Amino acid sequence: MNAAPAFDSTPPRRGGIGRRLSNLLYRRSGLLLLLLLLPPLAWFGIVYLGSLFALLLQSFYTFNDFTGQIERVLTLDTYVALFSAPAHIDIVLRTLAMAVAVTLACALIGFPIAYFMAFHARGRMKAAMYLAVMLPLWSSYLVRVYAWRLLLAKEGIVAWVCAQLGLGGVLEAVLATPLVGGPTLSSSYLGMFLVFTYVWLPFMILPVQAALERVPGSLLQASADLGARPRQTFAHVVLPLAFPGVVAGSIFTFSLTLGDYIIPGVVGTPGFFIGQMVYVQQGTAGNVPLAAAFSVVPVLLIAAYLALARRLGAFDAL
Amino acid sequence: MEFVRVSRRYGSVHAIEELSFRVADGEFFSMLGPSGSGKTTTLRLIAGFEQPSTGSILIHGREAAGVPPYERDVNTVFQDYALFPHMNVADNVAYGLMVKKVARAERLRQAEAMLELVKLGGFGRRRPGELSGGQRQRVALARALINHPRVLLLDEPLGALDLKLREAMQSELKALQRRLGITFIFVTHDQGEALSMSDRVAVFRHGRIEQIDTPRGLYEAPATAFVATFVGTSNVVEGGVAERLLGRAGAFSIRPERIAVSTPEAAPAADAVALDGRVVDIQYLGAHSRFEVEVAGSGRLTALVPSYGAPAAPLPGVGAPARLSWPRAAMHVLDGGEGA
Repeated sequence: MNAAPAFDSTPPRRGGIGRRLSNLLYRRSGLLLLLLLLPPLAWFGIVYLGSLFALLLQSFYTFNDFTGQIERVLTLDTYVALFSAPAHIDIVLRTLAMAVAVTLACALIGFPIAYFMAFHARGRMKAAMYLAVMLPLWSSYLVRVYAWRLLLAKEGIVAWVCAQLGLGGVLEAVLATPLVGGPTLSSSYLGMFLVFTYVWLPFMILPVQAALERVPGSLLQASADLGARPRQTFAHVVLPLAFPGVVAGSIFTFSLTLGDYIIPGVVGTPGFFIGQMVYVQQGTAGNVPLAAAFSVVPVLLIAAYLALARRLGAFDAL
Repeated sequence: MEFVRVSRRYGSVHAIEELSFRVADGEFFSMLGPSGSGKTTTLRLIAGFEQPSTGSILIHGREAAGVPPYERDVNTVFQDYALFPHMNVADNVAYGLMVKKVARAERLRQAEAMLELVKLGGFGRRRPGELSGGQRQRVALARALINHPRVLLLDEPLGALDLKLREAMQSELKALQRRLGITFIFVTHDQGEALSMSDRVAVFRHGRIEQIDTPRGLYEAPATAFVATFVGTSNVVEGGVAERLLGRAGAFSIRPERIAVSTPEAAPAADAVALDGRVVDIQYLGAHSRFEVEVAGSGRLTALVPSYGAPAAPLPGVGAPARLSWPRAAMHVLDGGEGA
């Protein structure tokens, strides 16, 4: 009589293709990683970088002024045209100045709010502040921009409040200031600056808040313990550790302002911004190479900005 | 350094209550207690991170309540070290000098001298992230010492280190304190650490101090059942058994190493008291064996029997009846207060 073995010591037979595949992936974890990463990498490589590269390539194609056709002949003429026309340089400088002003304003307004959220707000207060910062993002950007046009209009609420407070003269004086002023708030650089600052502020607050959130309270205590007054603690500990967050936020506010074409069209002056120029050149004028060349300008400006931030030591604390 | 009837409340919770004690200049003073006993709150009150609800804190005779941390002549070594991640080791150590606007060359020279003191000479250019836990701990120490404080506060500084490193740092800290001659106030929940380093130890419980004494005093003459069981291990005997042995109502503590274990036939020594019970468990610990003996009327008692130089008399095995005996003088009568 055969005694049945208590344990079957032979390894189980590898059945089905699914099982074999899973065993293979278990043994070769690198293969699994590759399979998992392939779709997102493909998306990133083809859709993100590919489109950027296509854009770059377009900017070197030749535009035939006579026929209005694009010829696939590589040329630098478009860039020469871009940088030799004073009107084009004006557009770039105007957009750049606005982006810098908006970024500075967002940093100055956003930092105290982020600081309060990270170090003082607790529980419900913190949740309420998150909600308040995010809430504007829930409604359409277009609706908010048009709403601001009404707020800033000659008969709008801002002008009305100023008049009620007896500050009508002040508003007139501000609007009479050359460069920032204009006929009304809704058709001045000042108005455009206000709307840009309003629209991009959450994109500054959130990264700064995240950076401050990671600073342990014990660092601030250690600084005070070693004799630093609050102002010194802020300058030597809080600010350096929050700086990467400020840079991250400013990349958002800076690049979003550089590329926007709606706000300068709805609120502001007749002078073109880069985004509007791109829109007009690729649409109405059909000059895709010039539109593409204009699109490359913000990319270069942001690259220059990041290089500057790096030199200032913005990423040392990362 | 003196506390006079200091209380700290959070809402209706008393973190510490009516605390009064003095620490002498140059003393190594430990605050020992379980978590939530108020020892860390006491340290934070001395550092100035918190202010007392009532009472007065005197540091070198000056009222410290209301004085911010940056105007106090005390420095702290934090539990998580709190090194500035964006500065190298030398700049971390020199921070206290930088905020006093000492010239850069001078402060880096002093920082290097401090790093030599904690045996980290030449590490100045490294980042805190590149150091091991023990090295970071030394940097935190050097940073806290660079302002030459008269009182150094240490908040469980050895808690994150492994056992060997912790023991080495204990003797180094003690040597450093002797050399510098400044007051160390040391917070710990590790009774071994408190006993081995301190001149005096305050045992905290529920926001109050149960006892302040030298390590020897705490161990040999615990004031309460809590101190007896928290500092070292101890058997606390209460109720009828205690009354019979003491000749009056009360409770006493007896250290496990003072209890001799034998079989019930052995006759106890002349001045000894004895209890009979049954062995429940024996654990071999190398130098000793730990006997857990169930005694009717007083619960489980623990006895430590040395593995070498033990009496020739046979020892009972697990489950066997046993006789526990100890010299009458080894019993320590407790003042009262409930057990831990």
